[in-house]
Amino acid sequence: MLRQIEGSRGVAETVARCRPEVVCAYPISPQTHIIEAIGEMVKAGQLSPCEFINVESEFAAMSVSIGASAAGARAYTATASQGLLFMMEAVYNAAGLGLPIVMTLANRAIGAPINIWNDHSDAMAARDAGWIQLFAETNQEAADLHVLAFRLAEELSLPVMVCMDGFILTHAVEGIDVPDQRDVDAFLPSYEPRQVLDPAHPISIGAMVGPEAFTEVRYLSHLRQLDALDLIPVLASQFASTFGRESGGLIHSYETNDATTIVVALGSVLGTIKDAVDQRRALGDRVGVVGITTFRPFPFDEVRRALANAQRVIVIEKAFSVGYGGVLSADVASATHDATISLHSVVAGLGGRAITQHSLEAILDDAVHGRLDSVTFLDLDLDIVESERARIDTQRRSGPSAENVLSDLGTVASRIG
Amino acid sequence: MIIMTRQPVHFYQVGSFAVGNRLLEVSDRTVQSDPQRFDSLDSGHRACQGCGEALGARYALDAAMRATGGQLIAVNATGCLEVFSTPYPETSWRIAWLHSLFGNAPAVATGVAAAMKVKGMNDVRVVAQAGDGGTVDIGFGCLSGMFERNDDVLFICYDNEAYMNTGVQRSGATPPAARTATTEAVGPEPGNVFGQGKDMPRLAMAHGISYVATATVADLHDLENKVEHAMQLHGARYLHILVPCPLGWGSASCDTIKVARLAQETGLFPVFEAENGVVTGVSKIRHRTSVESYLSIQKRFRHLFAGSGRPDIVARIQAMADQNIALYGLLAEDAPAEITREVSA
Repeated sequence: MLRQIEGSRGVAETVARCRPEVVCAYPISPQTHIIEAIGEMVKAGQLSPCEFINVESEFAAMSVSIGASAAGARAYTATASQGLLFMMEAVYNAAGLGLPIVMTLANRAIGAPINIWNDHSDAMAARDAGWIQLFAETNQEAADLHVLAFRLAEELSLPVMVCMDGFILTHAVEGIDVPDQRDVDAFLPSYEPRQVLDPAHPISIGAMVGPEAFTEVRYLSHLRQLDALDLIPVLASQFASTFGRESGGLIHSYETNDATTIVVALGSVLGTIKDAVDQRRALGDRVGVVGITTFRPFPFDEVRRALANAQRVIVIEKAFSVGYGGVLSADVASATHDATISLHSVVAGLGGRAITQHSLEAILDDAVHGRLDSVTFLDLDLDIVESERARIDTQRRSGPSAENVLSDLGTVASRIG
Repeated sequence: MIIMTRQPVHFYQVGSFAVGNRLLEVSDRTVQSDPQRFDSLDSGHRACQGCGEALGARYALDAAMRATGGQLIAVNATGCLEVFSTPYPETSWRIAWLHSLFGNAPAVATGVAAAMKVKGMNDVRVVAQAGDGGTVDIGFGCLSGMFERNDDVLFICYDNEAYMNTGVQRSGATPPAARTATTEAVGPEPGNVFGQGKDMPRLAMAHGISYVATATVADLHDLENKVEHAMQLHGARYLHILVPCPLGWGSASCDTIKVARLAQETGLFPVFEAENGVVTGVSKIRHRTSVESYLSIQKRFRHLFAGSGRPDIVARIQAMADQNIALYGLLAEDAPAEITREVSA
């Protein structure tokens, strides 16, 4: 049943129907509404048996999840941005131990400068941690991906991170069909751990592994991630037959059949990109879109096939590796490894800057007419940049750049686009 | 109020002043003296000769296993105990055991306890353990959180007063003047500085948790009694065990028990227990000795005695011991009455 609810509420209700047994909470925007809602449900006794634990840090949130999962409980938590970085040691540990924890990442920029708004810097910082990373395009998909995430995590004994754009999705109110409890129960069997702490059958978990076996253990983790590439489409198909709608999967293509220019992106910006593509198509440009739902493991074969006929690929990404360039672009480049494809990286939407249809159409126009650079920062205010560069060149104690830029702008929050 | 009367008759061996088992009723003997003890931490591990932590862990966990009827899960922080016990496949752990990270053992244990609760496995109890670095430094945030929430976990700190696994660096539990690799015995104030460090048992007490106790590996009866008592309680509990480290302290491997005993007998390491934030009992000093007897057999304090020595620094350490003695009332007015009989070793 479609209801007009906040994205966070939709995720919370969906997670609740996945019957989590231990839920950890530490507040950080923009994921707080999710754990607040689950906390209320637990306190009201609606999720019994479930323990809701208010912890003292994100590091503890992931650590409690590790203990709960290793002891055989279905564990869930949510975080964002600095919180993900603060728990990062435990994030790697959960993957290394092979514990099927599910975590929502309400994507948000990483400071400094401190910024609470959306981009994908946090998810990219965790891309090598060994977690499966799924990106939601819509709030419906954000909700649905959690059901898939628990199933996927527990079948493979790997943790899964469901990435949803902070504020853009978490705080947006729109129609969501929260998965029905009976359907969830049919799709998601109870958690049967591959390894468990049990006094009746005592085992050691977390032993030191030296050079004699570390490579093999890590390679096994890699194989399990590759297994996910096979399993995810199967589960997406099962999901569609159980719930009557499509969610999840590896990638989703839009208007790519005859496209010579294809835009690749992650998350909610795909909606705006599709609108821009529709506009350009109306003008006769053969443009299309590939949305990547499964970012880790990276679906190389599917991406390569989807881009096989393109002459030009534009990767629009809400993060970049400082001193290197686009992260997703590098993955796409290594998937296509086709020198005849012109690959462009467009870094956009950092720290919550709106990615407007108007700007995207301009990018597509530039691309089609051969004017797009290999790396572009969308809507970059070069005057502000040059002003600060000049300040640095002319005085030794030029001060903090962030504050200087804000001073040059003169007003706070006057522009989001 | 003194509640440490669980063993009403004490038999001390001449010279060592260790508590003997032989003349006690079988029911009063230690868990360790029982040939059927569980050996939670089995032989064959890679601890150094004379390792106090290996002793402390086996003593504490065997007592916990007996107290819980074998229904125990242990969570271990990174550190010596973790490293020397699990060079897989040679795990020495015969109990269900999980190691995650250095600083998160209390939180991981919270998760295990929560899982047991939702599974209805209420008879399964959870112990978390760490060295002093994993307790007072890098694990302190998680530990304080676990205490504050009163999660059903007994946390045991095996305190050897520095980061031994990484090569003897200073921790927040390193005593003043002690030489470590990051507080070298050089300059006008050699070794660790005075006026720093955390009094972890009192910090634990300040959380108002049900039970806080200190112990040493020199008094097995006392240590086991405290573990057994702790396992009869629920909620967060804390046990701080002094475990000498021959490597880091520069003491003879055969002197681990002696050094631990002297730490208590000098007053430098007060042995006490507290319930709900209030001290309820102390182990009285039976044969008070000066701090020199404790310091001079450890190379980490050698600079205090080399050449003309540093009597000024030794005097400051003695003042700390005296302060503990006064604070906890460690001198027994009725000490002779407590020692009913001495047994030849």
